[in-house]
Amino acid sequence: MDFSIASILLVDGLTNGAIYALLGLATVLVFAVTRVIFIPQGEFVTYGALTLAILQTGKVPGTVWLLLLLAGLAGLAEIYQHWRRHKQIGRALLAGLKILILPTAIALITLWAAPQQFSLLVQALLSVCIVTAFGPLVYRLAYQSLADASSLVLLIVSVGVHFALTGLGLLFFGAEGFRNPPFWDARFSLGAVNLSGQAIIIALASLALIVMLWLFFERTLYGKALRATAVNRLGARLMGISSQTAGQLTLAMAALIGALSGLLIGPTTTIYFDSGFLIGLKGFIAAVIGGLASYPGAALGALLVGVIEAFGSFWASSFKEVIVFTLILPVLFWRSVTGGHSDEEH
Amino acid sequence: MKNIKNLIATAVAVLAANAAQADIVIGISLPLTGPTSALGIPMKNSIAMWPTSIGGEKLKVIILDDATDPSNATKNARRFVSDEKVDILMGSAATPAANAVAVVASESGTMHFSFSPIDVSLAKSPWSYNMPQSTLVMSHAIVAHMKKLGVKSVGFLGYADAYGELFLRDMKVKMAGSDMKFVSEERFARTDTSVTAQALKVTAGNPDAILIVASGSGAAMPHKALIERGYKGKIYQTHGAASRDLMRVGGKDVEGSFVVSGPGTVAEQLPANHPSKKVALAHVEAWEKTYGANSRNPFAGHAYDASVVLQKIIPIALKTAKPGTKEFRGALKQALETAGPIALYHGTVNYTATNHAGYTDDTGVILQIVNGDWKLQAK
Repeated sequence: MDFSIASILLVDGLTNGAIYALLGLATVLVFAVTRVIFIPQGEFVTYGALTLAILQTGKVPGTVWLLLLLAGLAGLAEIYQHWRRHKQIGRALLAGLKILILPTAIALITLWAAPQQFSLLVQALLSVCIVTAFGPLVYRLAYQSLADASSLVLLIVSVGVHFALTGLGLLFFGAEGFRNPPFWDARFSLGAVNLSGQAIIIALASLALIVMLWLFFERTLYGKALRATAVNRLGARLMGISSQTAGQLTLAMAALIGALSGLLIGPTTTIYFDSGFLIGLKGFIAAVIGGLASYPGAALGALLVGVIEAFGSFWASSFKEVIVFTLILPVLFWRSVTGGHSDEEH
Repeated sequence: MKNIKNLIATAVAVLAANAAQADIVIGISLPLTGPTSALGIPMKNSIAMWPTSIGGEKLKVIILDDATDPSNATKNARRFVSDEKVDILMGSAATPAANAVAVVASESGTMHFSFSPIDVSLAKSPWSYNMPQSTLVMSHAIVAHMKKLGVKSVGFLGYADAYGELFLRDMKVKMAGSDMKFVSEERFARTDTSVTAQALKVTAGNPDAILIVASGSGAAMPHKALIERGYKGKIYQTHGAASRDLMRVGGKDVEGSFVVSGPGTVAEQLPANHPSKKVALAHVEAWEKTYGANSRNPFAGHAYDASVVLQKIIPIALKTAKPGTKEFRGALKQALETAGPIALYHGTVNYTATNHAGYTDDTGVILQIVNGDWKLQAK
């Protein structure tokens, strides 16, 4: 190995690491606010990339129908819950309608826009909207009624949601993979390193997203509400912060981050209906390195995962995944030796 | 709950008993979900186009999903054999799952067509027959073509699974005794986000040719990575990649590369006297009428080939025994092993008592991708 090979691998690793960083941040965010270990994070990546791929072909992506279906179910659940609590049919219907409005609007816009073959950026925006709308609905249907259950129950639900979303992905997108066109088809040569425009976009977009997340949590009321919920759920509720709204908002953000990651990674690799799981899992490893609590820790961990993956593929490609996932062992060991007991809530 | 289970079990048993009296029952385990669903789904669609009766007897085809999981495949196969009393087993499309079905087949003495190349030696799986070409047969075509072009050093970039390993092993068998050799061996997985590192290593020694062992659209990502690294040599793809998905995802980067395939992929370009021409055209016509122009797919081809074989052997077996009996299963085996050469979409098979792999070394054809289309290369 010489310097040029090492630098190529480093760029490759950091590019993938930037994606893992976004997913790691989303995993930490969801865990902090809702105590859910969000396995289906990777599915949002797949849905984002493949929704764009189907829009590219001028067809209506199946995710639109799934969105309507989930919105319908969530609306019914909401109506039932309100009716049981207040016995006022008008108020219940209104609550149900509130859930339905946004997904229906997005679905209608997509139905109209899909055959028009708009430019790549418009289609990308549409894909992000569709997938982001999944977040609150998934929370409403899968997690909301279990919000006070133990982390283990929530983890089991997560695994179930993961399998459901993967299966639906196969149904909607088919078994073959897609590769999206790059947003910026340029190449730059820096010595031996061949930098593609897409890699630069990935790095910049990840950085921008991280800064925006920071601003959101530091400067906005909603961000502060989420932080409060993360620190102390009961205390936040006593201060009038709805933990349901916090949960739905958190999953909306997780879905948004997932969809954006999907758009970023879509042009650099072939994405299948089941690609998201491994990508999300690497984000999860990054989050574990950050102790499922520290955002900078997760981001640094993600870059580490990306770089180790790249060098691992070079030295021993057959053991690449083994190397990456074994990384979690020393981290857990170190954490359990130095960390003491942090899970007192069980 | 238990009552319902009993009820269902009884219903299945009654139905199965009825079926055993009347129809020829075929149990097929396919990966309709999971990592190899890209292989299983076209097979299922192809099976839906099978004839409904052969030799005057109705066909009852049962397809169960094994989700690419060997333990599911075993479960499916056991259910076929014990509950449905099948005459013929088929599947699965992934090697580990197909091996699982083969075990049940040899235990129960039921003929088994594997849709993935497995070890069909008499010692290991005496009742199993390979429907696809073995990696050894296809390696023969690739090595012969490489020899013709004067290739000396070859790089290997393949799936880290049974398909990749078998191909590497058989390529080495065919290369033995020549001055050709592998200079690098790198692995990747279908869902990898990047193969840059592997591409770097394979192209480092600038070999004359690089063999990519992957299937469907998964074969395009490593191909693009090699081109991105500025590799200018010859790139070979295997028969798992011989569908339009390679061009759809690979675009202009796969232009000029070579793909080994069964003859059916280029049915129209085959010379008129090619034994597979007629049978391949028949399948291509029927398939593309339903699924659109150029939608032909090697895996759908294997499932179609199974029906061609059945049409040949079932009438022979019916002469000596009734479906649903042990004698019928024996008669089917006897018929297949003595039927002589059968022309299929993917080439010509000749199964015998000792050769269950069927295809001969001249089966594979080499195609070149020219202007986004296949072009048959001279032998």
